[in-house]
Amino acid sequence: MLIFRHMDGGKIASPEQMQVWMQQTMDWLASIGAQGKYDGRGNGLVFDNARVVHHNKTVTNGPFGEIKETLGGYVIVKAESADEAAEFAKGSPILQGEGNTIEVRQLAREDGVH
Amino acid sequence: MQQKIIPHLFRTEYRKIVSVLCRRFGLDQVEIAEDLASDTFVTAAQTWAMKGLPPNPTAWLYNVAKNKARNHLQRNSVFDSKVSPAIQTNTLELYETEIDLSPQNINDSQLQMMFAICHPSISNEAQIGLSLRILCGFGIEEIADAFLSNKETINKRLFRAKEKLREQKVNIEIPGDAEIDERLAPVLTTIYLLFNEGYYSESQNNTLRKDLCLEAMRLCTMLVENRQTNKPQVNALLALICFHASRFEARINQNGEYVLYDEQDTSLWDPELISKGAYFLYRAASGNQLSKYHLEATIAYWRTQKADTRQKWEAVLQLYDQLLQIEYSPIAALNRVFVLSKIAGKAQAIADAEELKLTDNHFYFTLLGELYVGIDDGEAKLNLQKALGLAKTNTDKQTIQKKIDILTNLPLSS
Repeated sequence: MLIFRHMDGGKIASPEQMQVWMQQTMDWLASIGAQGKYDGRGNGLVFDNARVVHHNKTVTNGPFGEIKETLGGYVIVKAESADEAAEFAKGSPILQGEGNTIEVRQLAREDGVH
Repeated sequence: MQQKIIPHLFRTEYRKIVSVLCRRFGLDQVEIAEDLASDTFVTAAQTWAMKGLPPNPTAWLYNVAKNKARNHLQRNSVFDSKVSPAIQTNTLELYETEIDLSPQNINDSQLQMMFAICHPSISNEAQIGLSLRILCGFGIEEIADAFLSNKETINKRLFRAKEKLREQKVNIEIPGDAEIDERLAPVLTTIYLLFNEGYYSESQNNTLRKDLCLEAMRLCTMLVENRQTNKPQVNALLALICFHASRFEARINQNGEYVLYDEQDTSLWDPELISKGAYFLYRAASGNQLSKYHLEATIAYWRTQKADTRQKWEAVLQLYDQLLQIEYSPIAALNRVFVLSKIAGKAQAIADAEELKLTDNHFYFTLLGELYVGIDDGEAKLNLQKALGLAKTNTDKQTIQKKIDILTNLPLSS
């Protein structure tokens, strides 16, 4: 395992310490979120053309657990061909915004053998 | 003994030697740096087999690498002085300078190489491939395995990437403070994808997958430990990695099968990594820039809290909403719908999901299938069958088939 030089003392922080860290983090997030334009009601997606996927930016399907880990399987964009990947990208609502592009890159070659 | 120690040293020392030599020679000579470093290990294997292991194998390797580099520069300088007197001074200067394999220079060289390799001029997959080779000391075969590809394809990809870096005359340096954020972005993407490859790879090689994750963690740690690159978004990425990596042991069972989140044995979750994650996330919470790593790391934090509370799901929903604004991705949108179902109920989530119309994505149908269970089991099955038709890997197909089987054995709800 890697050595984290920034950790002081024990390897595992106490639950109280964790609580303090997370509270400060949440407070900070809230203050930043308040500054930005964003619809917090959670009804529908809000697209701000200036801030969504920019040209030439790679879309990565990050390790956000819910679907991948709860419903199972793998969701890195895996397509048989570049064309298929492009089709996948076309299906994204973001392309409805004028001038927006999504670039989906093929990371792993899928052979379906595994 | 040598059989074991050489691969180990290769993994830890090859990358250091390559980075230092490459920094000295320039990125246009990266192949020579790689050859000299590989050659050093060949010499070690031969010599140690005959004479036994030296008292300090690492120091031995460094000495041999230095000598090989010096010989190379000397040969070049003789060649150059005859063929091209114009560049003689330059080469002589190189030759006269000692190859510096001090810990400080090794560290600096590796960081600088990170920026050179993650140059925006080459594709992400090339950046990851080169990073694995040059920054992580992976063999071509291991890289091919990680990418579910073959050696030939990987070799070609890496060759082209190096050509491109040469054409672009990319310098080996840490960018100045003015452009550091911009140049850090592709470096962080590469680390993120490297972690992703390990965490969600289809590769059956569990050790390799874990190595990919640990390498991502190591590279990110190097950035956090350097004054210039110790930025909030870097700390956030490290937090994200720590939180997710905490479940590594619980995600795969003894038969190498994937264990779904709800069925994971939480006693296998690593509390040390969870607390490190919280620490780095706390450090990331400064300044006035909100990166997607901040949001994803905070989502990942909630993931380490198994309790099914409304407070948790509301916090996560808000994070997904923000994430979708910063960087839309179909998977993030699907995840958001899943979280929405926890708060607003399945009917609302179905309505939101169907608006996404990701009809070529099997996860879209898997999610819909899951949401329809209990509301309309017939519809649930229909969606899962569509998902099955679109799924490309056996792992995915098996998971979906299992869900269909369960539904088939249940009495229909409508």
